[in-house]
Amino acid sequence: MSSIGTGYDLSASQFSPDGRVFQVEYAQKAIENSGTAVALLGKDGVVFAVEKLVTSKLYEPGANRRLFSVDRHIGMGISGLLADARQIVETARTEASNYRGEYGGDAPLRYVTDRVAMYMHAYTLYSAVRPFGCSVILGTYNVPEKKPEMYMIDPSGVYLGYLGCAVGKAKQAAKTEMEKLQLSDMTCKQLLKEAAKIIYIVHDEVKDKSFELELSWIGEHTNGRHERITGEVFTEAEAYAKAALDEESDSEIDES
Amino acid sequence: MANAQGPSFERFSTSIPTMPSAAALGPMKRTQTPVSTGTSVLGLRYDGGIVLAADTLASYGSLLRYRDCTRLHKVNDNTVIACMGDYADFQYLLSIIEQKAITEDCMDDGFNITARSLHSWLTRVLYNKRCKFDPLWTTFLVAGSDMDDDGQKTEFLGYVDKLGTAYKDGIIATGYGSMLATPLMREAVEAKTKDGGQLTEQDAINVINDCMKILYYRDARAHFRYEIAVIPTTGSARIEAPVEVKGDWQVAHLIRGYE
Repeated sequence: MSSIGTGYDLSASQFSPDGRVFQVEYAQKAIENSGTAVALLGKDGVVFAVEKLVTSKLYEPGANRRLFSVDRHIGMGISGLLADARQIVETARTEASNYRGEYGGDAPLRYVTDRVAMYMHAYTLYSAVRPFGCSVILGTYNVPEKKPEMYMIDPSGVYLGYLGCAVGKAKQAAKTEMEKLQLSDMTCKQLLKEAAKIIYIVHDEVKDKSFELELSWIGEHTNGRHERITGEVFTEAEAYAKAALDEESDSEIDES
Repeated sequence: MANAQGPSFERFSTSIPTMPSAAALGPMKRTQTPVSTGTSVLGLRYDGGIVLAADTLASYGSLLRYRDCTRLHKVNDNTVIACMGDYADFQYLLSIIEQKAITEDCMDDGFNITARSLHSWLTRVLYNKRCKFDPLWTTFLVAGSDMDDDGQKTEFLGYVDKLGTAYKDGIIATGYGSMLATPLMREAVEAKTKDGGQLTEQDAINVINDCMKILYYRDARAHFRYEIAVIPTTGSARIEAPVEVKGDWQVAHLIRGYE
C-alpha cells in the first residue's frame, strides 16, 4: 500500500489514481488482526471452527461468540470486528426470515449470501459510511439433494463458493493445512477434528496468549440443522487437536 | 314462459348493478366470517403433563372439505398449541409463531418461549385484532410446562379466543366440546382423584379418546380421524400419529324426531 496517506483513503466513495478504494482495503486489514475462522466442506456437511482470541481473563467463558445461526439451516462463522459482524448476522437473519415470510420455506444459501453481499457492498459506495470490518463464512446442507454449500463474503461485497475457507490472522497458514486434506472425501466427523487441529496449529501463542475454540457443524447427521458443538464431541475434537499439536512440536525438536 | 309479444324480461331487474360505495361498506373487513373451520379441541391436565386433542378436519360450512389438516402444532419441545376456528387464521398465526421459534433457536441461549408466555402473547394479538373489529376467528389452547411459586415445574393449560378472553384451567374444551366433553372430562377426573388418586397419562388419553368419540357421534362438524398431543412437564412433547374412531351407526335408527 504505497499510496497510504496520499489523501485518497479518507472516503469509501473515492478511488485512488491507480483505481483502488483504500477504505475497503483497510477493512480487509482489520480482519487480518482478528482470530482465524475456518470452514471445511466435506461430503456430508460443513464444519466451522473459530479461534476466538480472549483478551482478558475477566471475561466469562463463552462470551462474545463468533459462530452464529442465521436460520435453523444456515451457519455463519465470522472474523474481524465483532460488532460489525453482528450487524451482518442480523441482516442475514432478516433476509432468511423475509424469504420464509414470502415463500414459506427455507431460504437457499445462495440467495441469503447474495443479499447480504449486496448489503455489504452498499457500504463501500458512500462517503458517509465505512465498509464492514469483517468477513463472514456461510454454510448449509441441503438434505434432499445431499448437497453441502459454503460461501465467504469479504468487505468489498464479493462472495465466492469454497471447499475450504479461512479468514483472519492466520488464513495463509490455515489454507496450507487445508490443502493437505482430501476435503470432499471426508465426513463431518473427521472434518471436525481436522478443523479443531487447524485452529490449534495456526494459533500464535506468543503474540496471542489465550483463545477459545468454537466449533459448529451442519450436515446429514444433524438433519440439515446448524448445531453448535459442546460436551463430549467438543472435548474429543479439542483433545485430538491438542494431541496433534504436541506431536508436531515434538517432531520439530527432533529435527533441530 | 311462452309470450305472443316475444320474450318478456319483466322477471329481470332493470337497474344497473353498481359496486357499493366505500362508505356503504364501512371500515375494511377481512375475517368477519370464518371460511374453512376446525371444530372443538380438548385439553386435559394429568399428573405430570397435558394431553391435547383435535380432529384433522377443516370444514367448509357443512362440507367436509379438507380432511387431513393437523390442528395441533408443536412450538418447541415444551409447548404445543391447538386451534379451533378459521384454519387460514390459524396458519397465519402459525407462520408468525414458527418464525419466533426459529429466531429463538438462532439465539442459541438455551431459552425457549414457555406456554405461559405464548399464551399471554396470543391474548395480546387476538385482543388487539378484535379491537380493530377484524378478529382472527380462532380459539387456541396452549399447553406446556410452567413454574409454580416454588420454582417447580408444573403443567400449564390455557385458553384464549378471538375476543381475547383468556383463562387457564386443568380441563378445557372449546366449541361444542365445551358442552359435550367438559362434563365428561370433569366427571372422569373427579372419579379418579376423589380418594387422593392420581390421573396418569394413560388415564388422560383414555378420557380424551372417549370424549373424541362422543364428539364424533354428536358434533356434525367433527371427524373420525383425530390427533393427540402429549406434553409431559419433564421431557419432550410429542404429537401422536392420527387415530380413527370406528363409528357404529347401528344405533342411528333409534334417533327419532329430526325427520
